Amino acid sequence: MRGAGQSLAHDNGQKSIELQPLDFQKVVSMPTLLVLGATSDIARATALAFGKNGWNVQLAGRNMQALQPIASDLSIRTGMHANVFAFDALQADAHIRLWESLPECPDALLCAVGLLGNQVEAQKDAAKAEVILRTNFTGLVPIISHTANLFEERGNGLIIGISSVAGDRGRASNYFYGSAKAGFTAFLSGLRNRLSSKGVRVLTVKPGFVRTAMTEGLALPSMLTASPEEVAASIMKAVEKKRDVLYVKPCWRVIMAIIRLLPERLFKRLSL
Amino acid sequence: MRISNWGNYPVVDADVLRPGSDSEAAGLVRNNPSLIARGQGRCYGDSSLHASCMLGTERLDRMLSFDDDMGLLTAESGLTLREIINVFVPRGWFVPVTPGTAHISLGGAVAADVHGKNHHAAGSFARHVEWIDILTAEKGVVRCSTTNEPELFRATCGGHGLTGIILRVALRLCRIPSAWIKQTTVKAANLAEIMESFEEYSAAPFSVAWIDCLQKGGALGRSILMFGDFCPRGELPGNENPLLLKQRRLFAVPFNAPSLALTPVSVKAFNAFYYARFPKGKNHSLVPYTGFFYPLDALLHWNRIYGKRGFIQYQFVLPVEASAKGLPAVLRRIANAGLGSFLAVLKLFGKQESAPGNMSFPVKGYTLALDFPISRNLFPLLDELDRIVLDHGGRHYLSKDARLSAKIFAQSYGKTLEDFLAVKSKWDPENKFTSSQAMRLRIRV
Repeated sequence: MRGAGQSLAHDNGQKSIELQPLDFQKVVSMPTLLVLGATSDIARATALAFGKNGWNVQLAGRNMQALQPIASDLSIRTGMHANVFAFDALQADAHIRLWESLPECPDALLCAVGLLGNQVEAQKDAAKAEVILRTNFTGLVPIISHTANLFEERGNGLIIGISSVAGDRGRASNYFYGSAKAGFTAFLSGLRNRLSSKGVRVLTVKPGFVRTAMTEGLALPSMLTASPEEVAASIMKAVEKKRDVLYVKPCWRVIMAIIRLLPERLFKRLSL
Repeated sequence: MRISNWGNYPVVDADVLRPGSDSEAAGLVRNNPSLIARGQGRCYGDSSLHASCMLGTERLDRMLSFDDDMGLLTAESGLTLREIINVFVPRGWFVPVTPGTAHISLGGAVAADVHGKNHHAAGSFARHVEWIDILTAEKGVVRCSTTNEPELFRATCGGHGLTGIILRVALRLCRIPSAWIKQTTVKAANLAEIMESFEEYSAAPFSVAWIDCLQKGGALGRSILMFGDFCPRGELPGNENPLLLKQRRLFAVPFNAPSLALTPVSVKAFNAFYYARFPKGKNHSLVPYTGFFYPLDALLHWNRIYGKRGFIQYQFVLPVEASAKGLPAVLRRIANAGLGSFLAVLKLFGKQESAPGNMSFPVKGYTLALDFPISRNLFPLLDELDRIVLDHGGRHYLSKDARLSAKIFAQSYGKTLEDFLAVKSKWDPENKFTSSQAMRLRIRV
């Protein structure tokens, strides 16, 4: 997969006539990745990494105006096809509409939809709390379930969900976001359990701190913070190695293991 | 946040806000009384510093379109030349003009109107720019070019961000036959010899000289001229893909060196070693384009070798006719002070197209760039050099500058500055776009 994709990306810019029939064959046999929440920095970096490995991409998100330049960028850089589709996880019928608008069934799904939200506001306003819960978890269930069923039927496929270390234990500072991610993590875990014997793989990604639009302006400890490109590279590696759960910076696995082990009696008094 | 550019001097404590779209950028420009755009922070001094607010373009880094016939690339201004090269060299395209590092943004390349080893043949960066989308203070986003709003276009090229926020650039790439350079090196024992060599080999599209600025007397200005061109496919040995290079090994300077590391003695030793490394006379070799154009990009964070206090890069240009007198005067002054650097570069600029409003640095003549670690003795020396440069009709490169006086600047840029300010007053009458440098040099309406 990798070798073929790379040579395609390089050949594509050159106008060599004898290469064209070969290119065409390659393009039709190339796998496709569907990205939900494609304007996120992690999604863009990961889609680019897939593109460089010879994947066509379908980019879905709410803001079509923002998706277009990302798609152009991807196809110029990789020589692969990148198309854009409207998708809003919070609108029930958007899931079906997206699926109907896709020209072909994707071979892999990357779900990078996420909303940090405002914890303090959510504590006072149930509607705001619900938006966080739906955007990070329940709103994503229909499309992922649908994809999972199709993949199961086909007997192959890959589902990558961007969850969060925040879901490993609820904390005062972000438990709406954290509990939604906890639910999402558990959902992916169950899905993996169900599909592991059906040829469908599920990868849960817990990026830790990442320098993105979501964390713009926050002071992040540099040792614990990854760039979107690092996240993308570790996702590619995890896919290659058929991993199940990925902590992008390995130190996060240790940190979260310790945090999970703290007795609740002690944990409830800490401010983490 | 403490921010400084490549010279680590000066340092400001201010916010860098990074918009991801036109509308976010417009919001930031609306909500801040004054600000400056900042790309990769690879100018040396304070061109892209501001005491309170900078608009970082890192997230505006998307390639928007590429025309395979014309080589026309449209991209957002935060995209780096490094990214362009990585994508397009394997397809047989290269950036038309590049400075000695590829870690600069497109917007920065336009704002500084950068030059490269091919200035005498290809001019500066702006010559290869088809159009620019710029976010102005008064009239929103304006697409300017040599035909549409030409004044704004010329003032923006080389305008150091003082006309607005450059959002998108359409750049004409150029075809290359391979990723290899046929390089020739010529050893010159003194300044007269190197100036002769520059004239003699002016047909080579790329040329630059390293100069040993600690030499005196008969060896004053001893140098090594390096010139070359992309190697045609047929002349390459082997039959590997001529456009692909092996991954370059990168090294990093891990931390700021102690300030004692760079002394006149260590610089002198380095210079002697470097000069001796090249065989006598004329020599040919085949080198990867990366090593030819970007020798220092292989050493990440090389600015750290100058220690925490940072360094000043001092670059000026003298008109050709004044160079034979002016260059020795400058070099003598530096050698006597014993403060020379090991990254001294000499180049002969060709003719520079210029029109009113354009503040680009190059003029036909010799340009010399020198690095000096910051020390107490440095600033008086540089003040003296300023006078010599001014007396010989020369001027300084603002992308390198961190300490020039408003007076010297106004005298050396003269009418050019007035014309620039006339354009700025139309597009930015309130001086919304300003930098620490613009404040210091009083580049304001």
